[in-house]
Amino acid sequence: MKKLNIDLIIIGGGPAGMAAATQANDNGLEKVLIIERDCELGGILQQCIHDGFGLISFKERLTGGQYAQRYINQVEAKGIQVKLNTMVLEITSDKKVYAVNEEDGLLEISAKAIILAMGCRERTRAQVFINGARPAGVFTAGAVQRYINMEGFLPGKKAVILGSGDIGLIMARRMTLEGIKVEGVYEIMKTEGGLTRNIEQCLNDYGIVLNLSTTITKIHGNKRVEGVTVSQVDASMKPIEGTDRYIECDMVVLSVGLIPENELSKNVGIELDSLTKGPIVDENMMTSIPGVFAAGNVVAVFDLVDYVSQTGVIAAKGAMKYINGTLDLTNTYISVNSGENVSVLIPQKIRKSNLDNKQDFFLRVREENEKMKLETEWSDKLVQAGKFSMVKPPEMIHITLGEKELAQFTDEDICFHMRKES
Amino acid sequence: MEKISYTCIVCPKSCKGELIVKDNNEFETSGYICKRGIEYAINEYRSPKRMLTTTVKMLNGTFSNLPVVSDNEVDKDKLFACLNYLYSTKLEAPIKEGDIIVANILNTGVNIIAARDMKIKS
Ligand SMILES: Cc1cc2nc3c(=O)[nH]c(=O)nc-3n(C[C@H](O)[C@H](O)[C@H](O)COP(=O)(O)OP(=O)(O)OC[C@H]3O[C@@H](n4cnc5c(N)ncnc54)[C@H](O)[C@@H]3O)c2cc1C
Ligand code: SF4
Repeated sequence: MKKLNIDLIIIGGGPAGMAAATQANDNGLEKVLIIERDCELGGILQQCIHDGFGLISFKERLTGGQYAQRYINQVEAKGIQVKLNTMVLEITSDKKVYAVNEEDGLLEISAKAIILAMGCRERTRAQVFINGARPAGVFTAGAVQRYINMEGFLPGKKAVILGSGDIGLIMARRMTLEGIKVEGVYEIMKTEGGLTRNIEQCLNDYGIVLNLSTTITKIHGNKRVEGVTVSQVDASMKPIEGTDRYIECDMVVLSVGLIPENELSKNVGIELDSLTKGPIVDENMMTSIPGVFAAGNVVAVFDLVDYVSQTGVIAAKGAMKYINGTLDLTNTYISVNSGENVSVLIPQKIRKSNLDNKQDFFLRVREENEKMKLETEWSDKLVQAGKFSMVKPPEMIHITLGEKELAQFTDEDICFHMRKES
Repeated sequence: MEKISYTCIVCPKSCKGELIVKDNNEFETSGYICKRGIEYAINEYRSPKRMLTTTVKMLNGTFSNLPVVSDNEVDKDKLFACLNYLYSTKLEAPIKEGDIIVANILNTGVNIIAARDMKIKS
Protein backbone atom coordinates (compact mmCIF):
# COMPACT_ATOMS: atom_id res chain seq x y z
CA MET A 1 0.00 0.00 0.00
CA LYS A 2 1.31 3.41 -1.00
CA LYS A 3 1.72 5.88 1.91
CA LEU A 4 1.73 9.66 1.74
CA ASN A 5 2.04 12.54 4.19
CA ILE A 6 0.02 15.67 3.53
CA ASP A 7 -0.74 18.76 5.65
CA LEU A 8 -4.36 19.22 4.61
CA ILE A 9 -6.55 16.71 2.78
CA ILE A 10 -9.76 17.97 1.25
CA ILE A 11 -12.29 15.28 0.36
CA GLY A 12 -14.41 16.42 -2.58
CA GLY A 13 -13.53 18.83 -5.40
CA GLY A 14 -16.80 20.78 -5.63
CA PRO A 15 -17.10 24.48 -4.84
CA ALA A 16 -16.65 23.91 -1.08
CA GLY A 17 -13.49 21.85 -1.53
CA MET A 18 -11.98 24.20 -4.12
CA ALA A 19 -12.67 27.32 -2.00
CA ALA A 20 -11.02 25.61 0.97
CA ALA A 21 -7.99 24.55 -1.08
CA THR A 22 -7.36 27.99 -2.59
CA GLN A 23 -7.77 29.66 0.82
CA ALA A 24 -5.28 27.26 2.45
CA ASN A 25 -2.85 27.91 -0.40
CA ASP A 26 -3.27 31.68 -0.04
CA ASN A 27 -2.44 31.31 3.66
CA GLY A 28 0.86 29.68 2.71
CA LEU A 29 0.06 26.02 3.33
CA GLU A 30 2.04 24.00 0.78
CA LYS A 31 1.01 20.40 1.09
CA VAL A 32 -2.69 20.56 0.25
CA LEU A 33 -4.39 17.71 -1.60
CA ILE A 34 -7.88 17.57 -3.07
CA ILE A 35 -9.27 14.07 -3.54
CA GLU A 36 -12.16 13.79 -6.03
CA ARG A 37 -13.89 10.62 -7.17
CA ASP A 38 -15.13 12.12 -10.46
CA CYS A 39 -12.95 12.62 -13.56
CA GLU A 40 -12.83 16.41 -13.07
CA LEU A 41 -13.18 19.16 -10.49
CA GLY A 42 -16.39 21.17 -10.09
CA GLY A 43 -18.74 18.77 -8.32
CA ILE A 44 -22.45 19.08 -8.98
CA LEU A 45 -21.94 22.51 -10.57
CA GLN A 46 -20.81 20.91 -13.82
CA GLN A 47 -24.29 19.57 -14.47
CA CYS A 48 -26.01 22.85 -13.49
CA ILE A 49 -25.97 24.62 -16.84
CA HIS A 50 -28.57 27.22 -15.81
CA ASP A 51 -27.57 30.66 -14.57
CA GLY A 52 -28.02 32.30 -11.17
CA PHE A 53 -24.80 31.29 -9.42
CA GLY A 54 -22.36 33.73 -7.88
CA LEU A 55 -24.68 36.71 -7.31
CA ILE A 56 -23.02 37.39 -3.95
CA SER A 57 -19.38 36.46 -4.58
CA PHE A 58 -18.97 37.78 -8.11
CA LYS A 59 -22.02 40.11 -8.43
CA GLU A 60 -22.82 38.25 -11.66
CA ARG A 61 -25.35 35.68 -12.78
CA LEU A 62 -23.05 32.83 -13.72
CA THR A 63 -23.96 29.31 -14.80
CA GLY A 64 -22.80 26.45 -12.58
CA GLY A 65 -19.98 25.63 -14.99
CA GLN A 66 -18.79 29.24 -15.19
CA TYR A 67 -18.73 29.49 -11.40
CA ALA A 68 -16.79 26.23 -11.14
CA GLN A 69 -14.37 27.27 -13.88
CA ARG A 70 -13.26 30.34 -11.90
CA TYR A 71 -12.21 28.12 -9.01
CA ILE A 72 -10.72 25.40 -11.24
CA ASN A 73 -8.54 28.04 -12.92
CA GLN A 74 -7.33 29.19 -9.49
CA VAL A 75 -6.60 25.65 -8.31
CA GLU A 76 -4.59 25.04 -11.49
CA ALA A 77 -2.77 28.39 -11.39
CA LYS A 78 -1.71 27.85 -7.78
CA GLY A 79 -0.50 24.34 -8.58
CA ILE A 80 -2.63 22.73 -5.88
CA GLN A 81 -2.30 18.95 -5.89
CA VAL A 82 -5.42 17.08 -7.05
CA LYS A 83 -6.12 13.37 -7.29
CA LEU A 84 -9.03 12.74 -9.66
CA ASN A 85 -10.85 9.43 -10.18
CA THR A 86 -9.97 8.71 -6.56
CA MET A 87 -12.55 7.53 -4.06
CA VAL A 88 -12.10 8.01 -0.34
CA LEU A 89 -13.20 4.83 1.42
CA GLU A 90 -12.51 5.60 5.04
CA ILE A 91 -11.14 8.22 7.38
CA THR A 92 -9.89 7.54 10.90
CA SER A 93 -9.98 9.71 14.00
CA ASP A 94 -6.17 9.97 13.96
CA LYS A 95 -6.58 11.60 10.53
CA LYS A 96 -5.56 8.88 8.13
CA VAL A 97 -7.42 8.78 4.85
CA TYR A 98 -7.81 5.57 2.86
CA ALA A 99 -8.52 6.10 -0.81
CA VAL A 100 -8.36 4.08 -4.00
CA ASN A 101 -7.74 4.75 -7.67
CA GLU A 102 -6.56 2.80 -10.71
CA GLU A 103 -3.07 4.29 -10.81
CA ASP A 104 -2.02 4.09 -7.15
CA GLY A 105 -4.24 1.25 -5.98
CA LEU A 106 -4.99 1.61 -2.28
CA LEU A 107 -3.56 4.73 -0.67
CA GLU A 108 -2.97 5.56 2.99
CA ILE A 109 -2.56 9.28 3.44
CA SER A 110 -1.71 10.77 6.83
CA ALA A 111 -2.86 14.34 7.30
CA LYS A 112 -2.48 17.04 9.90
CA ALA A 113 -6.05 18.16 9.18
CA ILE A 114 -8.95 17.03 6.99
CA ILE A 115 -11.80 19.00 5.41
CA LEU A 116 -14.90 17.02 4.47
CA ALA A 117 -16.48 18.50 1.33
CA MET A 118 -18.43 15.57 -0.13
CA GLY A 119 -21.56 17.57 -0.91
CA CYS A 120 -25.08 16.17 -0.77
CA ARG A 121 -27.13 13.61 -2.60
CA GLU A 122 -30.74 13.37 -3.61
CA ARG A 123 -33.42 11.56 -1.71
CA THR A 124 -34.64 8.61 -3.72
CA ARG A 125 -37.82 6.63 -4.11
CA ALA A 126 -36.86 4.46 -1.15
CA GLN A 127 -37.18 7.56 1.05
CA VAL A 128 -40.59 8.55 -0.32
CA PHE A 129 -43.18 5.87 -0.22
CA ILE A 130 -44.87 5.12 -3.57
CA ASN A 131 -46.82 1.97 -4.41
CA GLY A 132 -46.44 -0.06 -7.57
CA ALA A 133 -43.93 -2.21 -9.39
CA ARG A 134 -40.35 -1.09 -9.92
CA PRO A 135 -40.33 -0.25 -13.64
CA ALA A 136 -37.55 1.62 -15.44
CA GLY A 137 -38.20 5.31 -15.97
CA VAL A 138 -38.15 6.56 -12.37
CA PHE A 139 -35.27 9.00 -11.99
CA THR A 140 -34.08 11.61 -9.55
CA ALA A 141 -34.04 15.13 -11.01
CA GLY A 142 -30.26 15.23 -10.64
CA ALA A 143 -29.84 12.04 -12.67
CA VAL A 144 -31.98 13.50 -15.48
CA GLN A 145 -29.88 16.68 -15.24
CA ARG A 146 -26.68 14.70 -15.73
CA TYR A 147 -28.09 12.61 -18.62
CA ILE A 148 -29.34 15.62 -20.56
CA ASN A 149 -26.68 18.22 -19.77
CA MET A 150 -23.49 16.19 -19.68
CA GLU A 151 -24.06 12.93 -21.43
CA GLY A 152 -26.37 14.34 -24.06
CA PHE A 153 -29.30 11.93 -24.17
CA LEU A 154 -32.99 12.21 -23.37
CA PRO A 155 -34.26 9.59 -20.93
CA GLY A 156 -37.94 9.77 -22.02
CA LYS A 157 -40.73 11.60 -23.87
CA LYS A 158 -43.35 12.55 -21.32
CA ALA A 159 -42.60 13.29 -17.68
CA VAL A 160 -44.42 13.78 -14.41
CA ILE A 161 -42.43 15.51 -11.67
CA LEU A 162 -42.96 14.58 -8.02
CA GLY A 163 -41.91 17.28 -5.58
CA SER A 164 -41.37 20.98 -6.17
CA GLY A 165 -37.76 21.34 -5.04
CA ASP A 166 -35.57 23.69 -7.05
CA ILE A 167 -33.76 21.00 -9.04
CA GLY A 168 -37.11 19.57 -10.16
CA LEU A 169 -38.34 23.01 -11.24
CA ILE A 170 -35.15 23.70 -13.15
CA MET A 171 -35.43 20.31 -14.83
CA ALA A 172 -39.08 21.01 -15.77
CA ARG A 173 -37.84 23.90 -17.90
CA ARG A 174 -34.82 22.02 -19.20
CA MET A 175 -36.88 19.02 -20.29
CA THR A 176 -39.43 21.29 -21.98
CA LEU A 177 -36.67 23.06 -23.94
CA GLU A 178 -35.31 19.65 -24.98
CA GLY A 179 -38.69 18.49 -26.26
CA ILE A 180 -39.75 16.27 -23.35
CA LYS A 181 -43.39 17.02 -22.49
CA VAL A 182 -43.75 17.87 -18.80
CA GLU A 183 -47.31 16.98 -17.80
CA GLY A 184 -47.15 18.69 -14.43
CA VAL A 185 -45.46 19.02 -11.05
CA TYR A 186 -47.10 17.33 -8.06
CA GLU A 187 -46.33 18.48 -4.53
CA ILE A 188 -47.75 16.78 -1.45
CA MET A 189 -47.29 19.86 0.75
CA LYS A 190 -49.61 22.84 0.53
CA THR A 191 -46.75 25.19 -0.29
CA GLU A 192 -44.08 24.92 -2.97
CA GLY A 193 -40.64 23.57 -2.00
CA GLY A 194 -38.55 25.68 -4.34
CA LEU A 195 -37.90 29.38 -4.72
CA THR A 196 -40.67 31.58 -6.16
CA ARG A 197 -38.33 32.79 -8.92
CA ASN A 198 -38.02 29.21 -10.14
CA ILE A 199 -41.81 28.69 -10.11
CA GLU A 200 -41.99 31.86 -12.21
CA GLN A 201 -39.23 31.29 -14.74
CA CYS A 202 -39.32 27.49 -14.97
CA LEU A 203 -43.04 26.67 -14.72
CA ASN A 204 -45.12 29.79 -15.43
CA ASP A 205 -42.96 30.81 -18.42
CA TYR A 206 -43.79 27.48 -20.09
CA GLY A 207 -47.34 26.96 -18.85
CA ILE A 208 -46.43 23.98 -16.65
CA VAL A 209 -48.97 23.44 -13.88
CA LEU A 210 -47.94 23.06 -10.23
CA ASN A 211 -50.46 20.92 -8.32
CA LEU A 212 -50.16 21.50 -4.57
CA SER A 213 -51.49 19.08 -1.91
CA THR A 214 -51.33 16.34 -4.55
CA THR A 215 -49.13 13.29 -4.76
CA ILE A 216 -48.41 10.21 -6.83
CA THR A 217 -50.16 7.22 -5.23
CA LYS A 218 -49.19 4.57 -7.78
CA ILE A 219 -46.70 4.06 -10.57
CA HIS A 220 -48.02 1.87 -13.42
CA GLY A 221 -46.04 -0.31 -15.83
CA ASN A 222 -43.95 -3.45 -15.51
CA LYS A 223 -40.79 -3.04 -17.57
CA ARG A 224 -41.13 0.67 -18.23
CA VAL A 225 -43.26 3.38 -16.60
CA GLU A 226 -46.58 3.64 -18.48
CA GLY A 227 -48.36 6.12 -16.23
CA VAL A 228 -49.06 7.26 -12.71
CA THR A 229 -52.09 7.77 -10.51
CA VAL A 230 -52.18 11.08 -8.68
CA SER A 231 -54.49 12.05 -5.82
CA GLN A 232 -55.14 15.15 -3.81
CA VAL A 233 -54.33 14.80 -0.13
CA ASP A 234 -56.02 16.12 3.00
CA ALA A 235 -54.42 18.05 5.85
CA SER A 236 -52.92 14.85 7.26
CA MET A 237 -51.51 14.03 3.80
CA LYS A 238 -53.83 11.08 3.23
CA PRO A 239 -55.16 10.69 -0.33
CA ILE A 240 -58.73 12.00 -0.68
CA GLU A 241 -61.03 9.38 -2.17
CA GLY A 242 -62.48 10.21 -5.57
CA THR A 243 -59.78 12.73 -6.47
CA ASP A 244 -57.50 10.18 -8.19
CA ARG A 245 -56.57 10.65 -11.81
CA TYR A 246 -54.52 8.54 -14.23
CA ILE A 247 -51.77 10.24 -16.24
CA GLU A 248 -49.93 8.60 -19.08
CA CYS A 249 -46.15 9.16 -18.99
CA ASP A 250 -42.89 7.27 -19.49
CA MET A 251 -40.86 9.14 -16.87
CA VAL A 252 -41.33 9.94 -13.19
CA VAL A 253 -38.86 12.54 -12.00
CA LEU A 254 -38.30 12.81 -8.25
CA SER A 255 -37.40 16.16 -6.73
CA VAL A 256 -37.94 15.41 -3.10
CA GLY A 257 -34.97 17.02 -1.45
CA LEU A 258 -31.30 16.66 -0.74
CA ILE A 259 -29.42 15.13 2.18
CA PRO A 260 -25.77 15.64 3.13
CA GLU A 261 -23.48 12.80 2.04
CA ASN A 262 -22.17 11.48 5.34
CA GLU A 263 -21.18 7.82 5.08
CA LEU A 264 -17.54 8.68 5.84
CA SER A 265 -18.51 10.97 8.72
CA LYS A 266 -20.82 8.38 10.29
CA ASN A 267 -18.28 5.58 10.08
CA VAL A 268 -15.63 7.56 11.94
CA GLY A 269 -18.15 8.53 14.61
CA ILE A 270 -18.55 12.23 13.87
CA GLU A 271 -21.52 13.65 15.74
CA LEU A 272 -24.38 14.52 13.36
CA ASP A 273 -27.21 17.02 13.77
CA SER A 274 -30.71 15.55 13.39
CA LEU A 275 -31.99 18.73 11.72
CA THR A 276 -29.23 19.42 9.19
CA LYS A 277 -28.37 15.70 8.76
CA GLY A 278 -24.74 16.83 8.60
CA PRO A 279 -21.93 17.06 11.15
CA ILE A 280 -22.35 19.38 14.12
CA VAL A 281 -19.77 22.12 13.52
CA ASP A 282 -18.27 24.92 15.56
CA GLU A 283 -17.23 28.49 14.74
CA ASN A 284 -14.41 27.21 12.52
CA MET A 285 -16.53 24.50 10.87
CA MET A 286 -14.69 21.90 12.97
CA THR A 287 -16.61 18.67 13.62
CA SER A 288 -16.67 16.71 16.88
CA ILE A 289 -13.30 15.19 15.92
CA PRO A 290 -10.52 17.77 16.46
CA GLY A 291 -8.72 18.54 13.20
CA VAL A 292 -11.57 17.24 11.03
CA PHE A 293 -13.50 20.11 9.47
CA ALA A 294 -16.51 20.18 7.13
CA ALA A 295 -17.67 22.63 4.47
CA GLY A 296 -20.45 23.07 1.95
CA ASN A 297 -23.44 20.85 1.45
CA VAL A 298 -21.98 18.01 3.48
CA VAL A 299 -22.76 20.19 6.53
CA ALA A 300 -26.28 21.25 5.55
CA VAL A 301 -28.01 21.93 2.28
CA PHE A 302 -27.09 25.56 1.57
CA ASP A 303 -29.11 26.74 -1.39
CA LEU A 304 -26.63 29.33 -2.57
CA VAL A 305 -23.29 28.18 -3.86
CA ASP A 306 -21.83 31.46 -2.56
CA TYR A 307 -22.52 30.28 0.99
CA VAL A 308 -20.98 26.91 0.15
CA SER A 309 -17.75 28.63 -0.92
CA GLN A 310 -17.81 30.86 2.18
CA THR A 311 -17.93 27.84 4.48
CA GLY A 312 -14.98 26.37 2.57
CA VAL A 313 -12.98 29.49 3.38
CA ILE A 314 -13.97 29.37 7.05
CA ALA A 315 -13.00 25.69 7.31
CA ALA A 316 -9.64 26.30 5.63
CA LYS A 317 -8.81 29.15 8.00
CA GLY A 318 -9.77 26.93 10.93
CA ALA A 319 -7.66 24.06 9.62
CA MET A 320 -4.67 26.42 9.30
CA LYS A 321 -5.03 27.48 12.94
CA TYR A 322 -5.38 23.86 13.99
CA ILE A 323 -2.22 22.90 12.11
CA ASN A 324 -0.32 25.89 13.54
CA GLY A 325 -1.51 25.04 17.06
CA THR A 326 -3.30 28.35 17.54
CA LEU A 327 -6.81 26.93 17.84
CA ASP A 328 -8.14 26.62 21.38
CA LEU A 329 -9.30 23.01 21.81
CA THR A 330 -9.90 22.93 25.54
CA ASN A 331 -12.37 25.63 26.59
CA THR A 332 -15.98 24.48 26.86
CA TYR A 333 -18.33 25.23 24.01
CA ILE A 334 -21.27 27.60 24.21
CA SER A 335 -24.13 25.91 22.41
CA VAL A 336 -26.07 27.83 19.77
CA ASN A 337 -29.72 26.80 19.73
CA SER A 338 -32.70 27.18 17.39
CA GLY A 339 -35.52 29.08 19.09
CA GLU A 340 -38.83 30.42 17.79
CA ASN A 341 -39.36 29.87 14.05
CA VAL A 342 -35.77 28.75 13.46
CA SER A 343 -34.99 25.27 12.17
CA VAL A 344 -31.52 24.62 10.74
CA LEU A 345 -28.78 26.68 12.38
CA ILE A 346 -25.04 26.65 11.71
CA PRO A 347 -22.70 26.65 13.61
CA GLN A 348 -24.31 24.69 16.41
CA LYS A 349 -21.64 25.62 18.96
CA ILE A 350 -18.88 28.17 19.45
CA ARG A 351 -15.79 28.61 21.58
CA LYS A 352 -15.60 32.25 22.61
CA SER A 353 -11.81 32.11 22.76
CA ASN A 354 -11.69 31.18 19.04
CA LEU A 355 -13.96 33.94 17.76
CA ASP A 356 -12.40 36.42 15.37
CA ASN A 357 -13.72 39.92 14.95
CA LYS A 358 -16.73 38.51 13.11
CA GLN A 359 -18.76 35.32 13.00
CA ASP A 360 -21.10 34.03 10.28
CA PHE A 361 -24.35 32.25 11.08
CA PHE A 362 -26.61 30.43 8.59
CA LEU A 363 -30.19 29.53 9.39
CA ARG A 364 -33.57 28.62 7.98
CA VAL A 365 -37.02 29.54 9.28
CA ARG A 366 -39.79 27.02 9.84
CA GLU A 367 -42.58 29.21 8.52
CA GLU A 368 -42.96 31.97 5.98
CA ASN A 369 -43.70 35.40 7.42
CA GLU A 370 -43.35 39.12 6.73
CA LYS A 371 -41.65 41.94 8.67
CA MET A 372 -39.50 39.84 10.97
CA LYS A 373 -36.56 40.47 13.25
CA LEU A 374 -33.87 38.01 14.27
CA GLU A 375 -33.01 38.07 17.96
CA THR A 376 -30.20 36.44 19.87
CA GLU A 377 -30.96 35.59 23.45
CA TRP A 378 -28.64 34.51 26.25
CA SER A 379 -28.90 34.64 30.05
CA ASP A 380 -31.19 37.65 30.51
CA LYS A 381 -30.16 39.50 27.37
CA LEU A 382 -31.99 39.95 24.09
CA VAL A 383 -30.20 41.57 21.17
CA GLN A 384 -31.53 42.24 17.69
CA ALA A 385 -29.31 40.67 15.03
CA GLY A 386 -31.15 41.57 11.85
CA LYS A 387 -34.38 42.67 10.17
CA PHE A 388 -36.12 40.93 7.28
CA SER A 389 -38.98 42.14 5.13
CA MET A 390 -39.78 38.51 4.25
CA VAL A 391 -38.58 35.10 5.46
CA LYS A 392 -39.29 31.77 3.74
CA PRO A 393 -38.18 28.21 4.51
CA PRO A 394 -36.58 27.60 1.06
CA GLU A 395 -34.33 30.62 1.48
CA MET A 396 -31.34 30.29 3.78
CA ILE A 397 -30.54 33.35 5.87
CA HIS A 398 -26.97 34.49 6.40
CA ILE A 399 -25.98 36.97 9.08
CA THR A 400 -22.61 38.15 10.31
CA LEU A 401 -22.19 39.31 13.88
CA GLY A 402 -19.41 41.84 14.43
CA GLU A 403 -16.91 42.41 17.22
CA LYS A 404 -19.26 44.60 19.24
CA GLU A 405 -22.03 42.00 19.31
CA LEU A 406 -19.70 39.07 19.91
CA ALA A 407 -18.00 40.82 22.85
CA GLN A 408 -21.33 40.83 24.71
CA PHE A 409 -21.65 37.04 24.74
CA THR A 410 -21.15 35.47 28.15
CA ASP A 411 -20.54 31.77 28.79
CA GLU A 412 -24.26 31.07 28.59
CA ASP A 413 -25.86 29.22 25.69
CA ILE A 414 -27.22 31.36 22.87
CA CYS A 415 -30.62 31.03 21.26
CA PHE A 416 -31.77 32.52 17.93
CA HIS A 417 -35.42 33.55 17.47
CA MET A 418 -37.14 34.84 14.35
CA ARG A 419 -39.95 37.03 15.63
CA LYS A 420 -42.52 39.42 14.28
CA GLU A 421 -41.41 43.04 14.38
CA SER A 422 -43.63 44.81 16.86
CA MET B 1 -53.77 53.49 -15.79
CA GLU B 2 -52.78 49.84 -15.74
CA LYS B 3 -51.56 47.75 -12.79
CA ILE B 4 -49.66 44.47 -13.36
CA SER B 5 -48.02 42.07 -10.88
CA TYR B 6 -44.62 40.64 -11.72
CA THR B 7 -42.45 38.37 -9.57
CA CYS B 8 -38.82 39.37 -9.96
CA ILE B 9 -36.64 36.40 -10.96
CA VAL B 10 -33.26 38.11 -10.66
CA CYS B 11 -32.31 36.82 -7.22
CA PRO B 12 -33.62 34.23 -4.73
CA LYS B 13 -35.57 36.86 -2.78
CA SER B 14 -38.18 36.60 -5.57
CA CYS B 15 -39.88 39.93 -4.71
CA LYS B 16 -43.55 40.02 -5.63
CA GLY B 17 -44.11 43.54 -6.89
CA GLU B 18 -46.42 45.64 -8.99
CA LEU B 19 -45.89 47.85 -11.99
CA ILE B 20 -48.22 50.76 -12.54
CA VAL B 21 -48.32 52.16 -16.05
CA LYS B 22 -49.72 55.66 -15.80
CA ASP B 23 -51.79 57.30 -18.53
CA ASN B 24 -48.82 59.43 -19.57
CA ASN B 25 -46.87 56.14 -20.01
CA GLU B 26 -44.67 56.73 -17.00
CA PHE B 27 -43.97 53.85 -14.65
CA GLU B 28 -44.36 53.46 -10.94
CA THR B 29 -43.43 50.32 -9.01
CA SER B 30 -43.93 48.93 -5.56
CA GLY B 31 -42.66 45.85 -3.77
CA TYR B 32 -39.21 45.52 -5.32
CA ILE B 33 -36.38 45.77 -2.83
CA CYS B 34 -33.75 46.87 -5.32
CA LYS B 35 -33.48 48.58 -8.69
CA ARG B 36 -32.85 45.34 -10.57
CA GLY B 37 -36.44 44.42 -9.75
CA ILE B 38 -37.76 47.72 -11.12
CA GLU B 39 -35.79 47.19 -14.31
CA TYR B 40 -37.10 43.63 -14.53
CA ALA B 41 -40.74 44.69 -14.20
CA ILE B 42 -40.42 47.40 -16.85
CA ASN B 43 -38.73 44.93 -19.20
CA GLU B 44 -41.44 42.33 -18.58
CA TYR B 45 -44.00 44.93 -19.62
CA ARG B 46 -42.14 46.21 -22.68
CA SER B 47 -40.53 43.03 -23.99
CA PRO B 48 -39.69 40.11 -21.74
CA LYS B 49 -36.14 38.82 -21.99
CA ARG B 50 -34.43 35.73 -20.61
CA MET B 51 -30.93 34.36 -20.38
CA LEU B 52 -30.43 31.43 -22.73
CA THR B 53 -28.66 28.39 -21.34
CA THR B 54 -28.42 25.08 -23.17
CA THR B 55 -25.87 22.58 -24.44
CA VAL B 56 -24.26 22.10 -27.85
CA LYS B 57 -23.00 18.79 -29.24
CA MET B 58 -19.25 18.16 -29.09
CA LEU B 59 -17.50 15.99 -31.68
CA ASN B 60 -14.34 15.16 -29.74
CA GLY B 61 -14.70 16.56 -26.23
CA THR B 62 -14.24 14.87 -22.85
CA PHE B 63 -18.03 15.15 -22.60
CA SER B 64 -20.52 14.81 -25.44
CA ASN B 65 -22.11 18.20 -24.69
CA LEU B 66 -20.78 21.69 -24.00
CA PRO B 67 -22.89 24.02 -21.83
CA VAL B 68 -23.33 27.46 -23.39
CA VAL B 69 -24.90 30.71 -22.21
CA SER B 70 -25.92 34.00 -23.80
CA ASP B 71 -23.74 36.99 -22.91
CA ASN B 72 -26.89 39.04 -22.47
CA GLU B 73 -30.63 38.44 -22.28
CA VAL B 74 -32.50 37.34 -25.40
CA ASP B 75 -36.07 38.31 -26.32
CA LYS B 76 -38.28 35.59 -24.85
CA ASP B 77 -40.10 35.00 -28.13
CA LYS B 78 -36.82 34.29 -29.91
CA LEU B 79 -35.64 31.68 -27.39
CA PHE B 80 -36.87 28.61 -29.25
CA ALA B 81 -35.52 29.82 -32.60
CA CYS B 82 -32.09 30.34 -31.00
CA LEU B 83 -32.25 26.91 -29.35
CA ASN B 84 -33.07 25.23 -32.65
CA TYR B 85 -30.17 26.97 -34.29
CA LEU B 86 -27.84 25.74 -31.54
CA TYR B 87 -29.15 22.17 -31.80
CA SER B 88 -27.96 22.04 -35.39
CA THR B 89 -24.45 23.16 -34.38
CA LYS B 90 -21.53 20.78 -33.72
CA LEU B 91 -18.29 21.86 -32.04
CA GLU B 92 -14.69 20.72 -31.90
CA ALA B 93 -12.52 20.70 -28.75
CA PRO B 94 -10.47 22.30 -27.30
CA ILE B 95 -12.70 25.14 -26.13
CA LYS B 96 -12.05 27.73 -23.44
CA GLU B 97 -14.74 29.20 -21.19
CA GLY B 98 -15.84 32.50 -22.70
CA ASP B 99 -15.07 31.50 -26.32
CA ILE B 100 -17.73 32.81 -28.67
CA ILE B 101 -19.68 29.86 -30.04
CA VAL B 102 -22.17 31.86 -32.13
CA ALA B 103 -21.74 35.61 -32.61
CA ASN B 104 -24.89 37.73 -32.84
CA ILE B 105 -27.19 34.73 -32.90
CA LEU B 106 -30.11 35.23 -35.33
CA ASN B 107 -29.39 38.97 -35.35
CA THR B 108 -30.44 39.38 -31.73
CA GLY B 109 -27.24 41.29 -30.94
CA VAL B 110 -26.41 38.60 -28.36
CA ASN B 111 -23.43 36.24 -28.45
CA ILE B 112 -23.54 32.64 -27.31
CA ILE B 113 -20.43 31.76 -25.31
CA ALA B 114 -18.89 28.59 -23.87
CA ALA B 115 -19.77 28.16 -20.19
CA ARG B 116 -16.75 25.97 -19.36
CA ASP B 117 -13.48 24.66 -20.76
CA MET B 118 -13.68 21.49 -22.84
CA LYS B 119 -10.59 19.43 -23.54
CA ILE B 120 -10.02 16.95 -26.34
CA LYS B 121 -11.02 13.39 -25.46
CA SER B 122 -7.88 11.34 -25.03
C1 LIG C 1 -28.47 17.08 -8.42
C2 LIG C 1 -28.16 18.37 -7.73
C3 LIG C 1 -28.46 19.58 -8.37
C4 LIG C 1 -28.21 20.80 -7.76
N1 LIG C 1 -28.57 21.96 -8.38
C5 LIG C 1 -28.31 23.14 -7.77
C6 LIG C 1 -28.64 24.37 -8.39
O1 LIG C 1 -29.21 24.37 -9.48
N2 LIG C 1 -28.34 25.54 -7.79
C7 LIG C 1 -27.72 25.57 -6.55
O2 LIG C 1 -27.41 26.65 -6.04
N3 LIG C 1 -27.42 24.42 -5.94
C8 LIG C 1 -27.71 23.22 -6.51
N4 LIG C 1 -27.43 22.06 -5.86
C9 LIG C 1 -26.82 22.17 -4.56
C10 LIG C 1 -25.32 22.08 -4.83
O3 LIG C 1 -24.93 20.85 -4.34
C11 LIG C 1 -24.54 23.22 -4.22
O4 LIG C 1 -24.94 24.47 -4.72
C12 LIG C 1 -23.03 23.08 -4.41
O5 LIG C 1 -22.68 22.56 -5.65
C13 LIG C 1 -22.50 22.25 -3.31
O6 LIG C 1 -21.10 22.25 -3.32
P1 LIG C 1 -20.27 21.22 -2.50
O7 LIG C 1 -18.85 21.49 -2.83
O8 LIG C 1 -20.68 21.23 -1.10
O9 LIG C 1 -20.73 19.78 -3.07
P2 LIG C 1 -20.63 19.11 -4.55
O10 LIG C 1 -20.67 20.10 -5.62
O11 LIG C 1 -21.65 18.04 -4.54
O12 LIG C 1 -19.20 18.46 -4.52
C14 LIG C 1 -18.87 17.34 -3.73
C15 LIG C 1 -17.79 16.56 -4.44
O13 LIG C 1 -17.30 15.55 -3.57
C16 LIG C 1 -17.06 14.39 -4.31
N5 LIG C 1 -17.10 13.25 -3.39
C17 LIG C 1 -18.14 12.83 -2.62
N6 LIG C 1 -17.79 11.74 -1.90
C18 LIG C 1 -16.51 11.47 -2.22
C19 LIG C 1 -15.59 10.44 -1.81
N7 LIG C 1 -15.94 9.52 -0.92
N8 LIG C 1 -14.35 10.46 -2.34
C20 LIG C 1 -13.97 11.40 -3.25
N9 LIG C 1 -14.80 12.38 -3.66
C21 LIG C 1 -16.05 12.41 -3.16
C22 LIG C 1 -18.15 14.38 -5.33
O14 LIG C 1 -17.81 13.61 -6.46
C23 LIG C 1 -18.28 15.85 -5.68
O15 LIG C 1 -17.50 16.24 -6.77
C24 LIG C 1 -27.66 20.83 -6.46
C25 LIG C 1 -27.36 19.62 -5.82
C26 LIG C 1 -27.61 18.40 -6.42
C27 LIG C 1 -27.30 17.12 -5.70
S1 SF4 D 1 -36.09 43.14 -6.68
FE1 SF4 D 1 -33.94 42.94 -6.16
S2 SF4 D 1 -34.01 41.85 -4.19
FE2 SF4 D 1 -36.04 41.58 -5.09
S3 SF4 D 1 -35.90 39.63 -6.24
FE3 SF4 D 1 -35.40 41.27 -7.67
S4 SF4 D 1 -33.16 41.40 -7.62
FE4 SF4 D 1 -33.79 40.28 -5.79
